[in-house]
Amino acid sequence: MTAATAGFWAVAVVLLASSLAVVLTPNLFHSVLFLAVALVATGVVFLFLHAPFLFGVQLLLYAGGVVVLVVFAIMLTERIVGLRIRQSSHDLVNGVIVSVAVFVGIVGFLVQSGPAPAAPATPPPGGDQTVALARAILGPYAVPFELLGVLLVIALLGALYFARED
Amino acid sequence: MPGLHSYLVVAALVFAIGLFGVLTRRNAVGILLGIELMLNAVNINLVAFARLHGDPIGLLFALFTIAITVAEVAVGLAIVIVIFRVRRTIDADRLDLLRG
Repeated sequence: MTAATAGFWAVAVVLLASSLAVVLTPNLFHSVLFLAVALVATGVVFLFLHAPFLFGVQLLLYAGGVVVLVVFAIMLTERIVGLRIRQSSHDLVNGVIVSVAVFVGIVGFLVQSGPAPAAPATPPPGGDQTVALARAILGPYAVPFELLGVLLVIALLGALYFARED
Repeated sequence: MPGLHSYLVVAALVFAIGLFGVLTRRNAVGILLGIELMLNAVNINLVAFARLHGDPIGLLFALFTIAITVAEVAVGLAIVIVIFRVRRTIDADRLDLLRG
């Protein structure tokens, strides 16, 4: 087992453990903190896949933006940390059955599709794919990318409109 | 470097865990957190396939997913806050005004 493989599995264990903590911990605030850990671990998985730009985006948008937003929402709806944000989980058995069924379905599809083709052993030129990604964003995908910016502005204006004081 | 299947199995596990959260959580914010985990798992798949094919378009799709998720969370949390203001609860089982 090479160092990269061992590192990947270490990160995968952290990712899976914090994901489980997100859905199982009774305190909603702790749930959000574990979500931040899971998102950062996902970003590290992106690093293993030679996508450092996505690692940065993941940290800035997800671990930075989303977690702060959710923390604010919890503070606005439950006010006092640790007091009223106990949350219950219902239908644990049904949830386990459906989740395991979905997982088995996906893995069954993987097994059926046979061995995976080997990834290119050499890292992309320059060590990552950021240059190619930038060419795609500024070239053939410029219009969708700009539309993405418009969508973000609309979403933020909509959120402001919904949550305004009136 | 670990094989493609390692990434896909880990992503499938995270997806199943997120689905479990969505199905069992009763707090609306908790359900949103489960959805976050599921979208995150899909991103791992997209990036893994982009690496396999040496094609940056997969990364572009992951980038789009991340940005759209942020928009979704912003609007979703605003809705949660409005619901809390009106009903004084965000327990999904008690938000049944539209139930016939």
